[in-house]
Amino acid sequence: MPALDVNGTKHEVAADPETPLLWVLRDDLGLTGTKYGCGVAQCGACTVHVDGEPRRACTTPLKAVLGKQVTTIEGLRSKSGKAVQSAWVKLDVVQCGFCQSGQIMTAAALLEKNRAPSDRDIDRALTGNLCRCATYQRIRAAVHAAAKTLGG
Amino acid sequence: MHGEHADDGADQARDPVDDAATTRETLSRRGFVRLATATGLLLGMQLGRGERARAAPAQGTGESGAADALAPNAFVRITPDDLVTVIVKHHEMGQGTATGIATLVAEELDADWSRVRVEYAPSDPKLYNNLAWGPMQGTGGSSAMKAGFQQMREAGAAARALLVAAAAKQWKVPAREITIERGTLRHKSGKEARFGALASPAAKEPLPKDVKLKEPRDFRLIGKEQTRRVDSAAKCDGSAVYTMDVKLPGLLTAVIARPPTFSAKLVSFDAKAARAVPGVTDVVKVPEGVAVVAKGMWAALEGRKALKLSWDTKKDAGLSTEALLAQYKKQAKTRGARAVEHADTKAQLAKSKQVIEAVYELPFLAHATMEPMNCVAWLHDGKLETWAGHQVQTLDHQLAAEAAGLPLDKVELHTLISGGSFGRRANPWSDYVVEAVHVAKAIGGRAPVRVQRTREDDLRAGLYRPLYVHDVRAGLDAAGAITGWAHTIVGQSIQAGGPFEAMVKNGIDETSVEGVWPTQYGIPNMSVDLHSPKLPVRVLWWRSVGHTHTAFVIETMMDELATAAGKDPVAFRLALLGDKPRHAAVLKLAADKSGWGKPLPAGKARGVAVHESFDSVVAQVAEVSLTAQGKPRVERVTVAVDCGLAINPDVVRAQMEGGVGFALSAALYNEITIEHGHVKQSNFHDYRSLRIEDMPHVDVHIMASAAPPTGVGEPGVPPLAPAVANALFQLTGERVRRLPFARRAPKQA
Repeated sequence: MPALDVNGTKHEVAADPETPLLWVLRDDLGLTGTKYGCGVAQCGACTVHVDGEPRRACTTPLKAVLGKQVTTIEGLRSKSGKAVQSAWVKLDVVQCGFCQSGQIMTAAALLEKNRAPSDRDIDRALTGNLCRCATYQRIRAAVHAAAKTLGG
Repeated sequence: MHGEHADDGADQARDPVDDAATTRETLSRRGFVRLATATGLLLGMQLGRGERARAAPAQGTGESGAADALAPNAFVRITPDDLVTVIVKHHEMGQGTATGIATLVAEELDADWSRVRVEYAPSDPKLYNNLAWGPMQGTGGSSAMKAGFQQMREAGAAARALLVAAAAKQWKVPAREITIERGTLRHKSGKEARFGALASPAAKEPLPKDVKLKEPRDFRLIGKEQTRRVDSAAKCDGSAVYTMDVKLPGLLTAVIARPPTFSAKLVSFDAKAARAVPGVTDVVKVPEGVAVVAKGMWAALEGRKALKLSWDTKKDAGLSTEALLAQYKKQAKTRGARAVEHADTKAQLAKSKQVIEAVYELPFLAHATMEPMNCVAWLHDGKLETWAGHQVQTLDHQLAAEAAGLPLDKVELHTLISGGSFGRRANPWSDYVVEAVHVAKAIGGRAPVRVQRTREDDLRAGLYRPLYVHDVRAGLDAAGAITGWAHTIVGQSIQAGGPFEAMVKNGIDETSVEGVWPTQYGIPNMSVDLHSPKLPVRVLWWRSVGHTHTAFVIETMMDELATAAGKDPVAFRLALLGDKPRHAAVLKLAADKSGWGKPLPAGKARGVAVHESFDSVVAQVAEVSLTAQGKPRVERVTVAVDCGLAINPDVVRAQMEGGVGFALSAALYNEITIEHGHVKQSNFHDYRSLRIEDMPHVDVHIMASAAPPTGVGEPGVPPLAPAVANALFQLTGERVRRLPFARRAPKQA
């Protein structure tokens, strides 16, 4: 069985291959930045990157990501990822913060593909990421701000 | 893991048992507000006791050099590494209270904001009493800034005085010649030192007897845009620790199979298959249901799925939202308990030129915090430790101790940040804390255990904003002035049936009627009745409590009356706010900034509402259009808020933006419905929540004010739904009297 590659480190995990990646990350690897919010891909709090694409870890079985590169909030090192994080901090986007790992992972993936997203592009990319504190206005502003620092 | 409470000596021994017992008898948010004059005596240098700079209790991460620390009171610690640690007695659930408290302490210290850290206080109802509604430690009612404004600044000022005294001694200069700027003390002779270098000598200085607080004109952090949130970075890189993220040696995870209806009883269960699931360590019966304990969440969930359970749900067979609404509407036509009675109401309505009658329906609502309820409990060495988003520490402490069968001093709470509360974590049953203690007990304290609710568990567990029906009749005379107002509210009491029962007076729970009565308007001949039916569904405060429904009814009715009177809705309200200059000013500000009265493109309309809650006044103007499907689309909301002095203007704006979004979520979509005792909704697919594409542009305007600060966590919520409903009327000619809007039949644009 191929190894699980998370944030550039390969792990041998004993978990059942059907186990959702979310619980492998949190319970087996101790990477708790990725959150559980719904378990059914309705809230986006568990968003990680699999080979650079945003994926909901709560409905992605371990077996589906073996041999692929998984990136979590703890391992977000890309230029767009860093730009997103610093825009988030600069604009104080967070309130409770629980959904923000997922928001940031989704936003970073968006900026990898689209360096100058419109409000509509942002809404489309982030529609799967719920925020009960409703920080959406600042999320939009921070994605634009990050895009600007990336030269978009 | 954390420091000990400093020893104040035997004469200072406190008796938390007595404290908690007393408070449970009398406690209520409103009751505590009334006690404010009494607790006012505590103000002024009541910052912890002892002559010498005492070590503040330290907790969690960030503990550094406590031995050399300057810790003159229970709220601040300055360490030789030049960090200022503010000990926050409140619960940070996103509302920004930690930033606010730290701002107050750091202001009087003239601390370097980039060197300020926060940690969360241990449970101690005396040291960490909420001065707005104690005696008890807790967060709620948008009270932290109001309650802490004096005390937290004094805490900072006391530390400042000690640093200055130590520098004066070292430099052999008069204390009055020393200045402080951003964490550096200076003397005109050229001498200077950072806080960290003076922490240890300052700790040896005697505490000042009194301190002088700054004049507002000298503020460098309070009210300033550059004073940013203290918790942003950790919440953006995954390092912030919530209850879900607590790591302890051997920590187990448990989920509980819970009753499918509110009063269902467990008849029998078979745990054989559940025990066979790899990773499951225990299956135990607890008062809340059957707990499956495992090494990790997935095994716990798989184990729960494998349980065979038999429940008796007969008792709840008749419990349905539709039946309740029918019953409530009937009850609304009968006389209830009187919140206020005016002898002339009936006669005035009878001779009115016009009488507007309306019946409103408002659903059960779940809080649906992003982090579902959870708590870690660890019974070891004759004590209990808990880790949770403890919002009312004193209640959680007492109920956890009762559940564990331990005295209060053998129970230690670790208050963590939480992924939202909206009222959910402040409850008189401490339900999600107590169940974790039950599971910890059931496994004999073998290991620490986290009881984690799934989204479904959480959404179906009750503790909802109650279902309400309002029945209103209001009259107008020939000149379009209000003649009388008869109002009946039907809905469960939040405070009855629990430790808050004593606050229900003559059948009136103030949290059921607040916002209708007392009224902010000069309404003549007003009578308000209340029916408080009892149901097996537990209910709870939900961000802005009674104002969640009363503001909707009052502010849509005001709009209806204005229309019937042929008057502008803003002018109509202003005429009734003659003795409320704050309200009038806020309403005018929102109207001005929104372009009220100026024409809009076809297909767009504005609606307005203004409402006072938690001592703050908020007005909102919503600009609304209809989608091609005839659904409301809120494009823009202009907010004006008077919250006294805005300690952190950007946090105030964030709370207004969030309040708008949270309220819009409820107005558009949120509804818990019950059928034969079962909750129909289960997760975010059917308890739909606001998504980014639904979020309007929100402009926030803060009234300049020198008055003491008031709340902002809740007051942004109440005006939104009525403002949107009033705009919808302009677009469709139809009055929305039932929430959420999704329930109204869509009308083509």
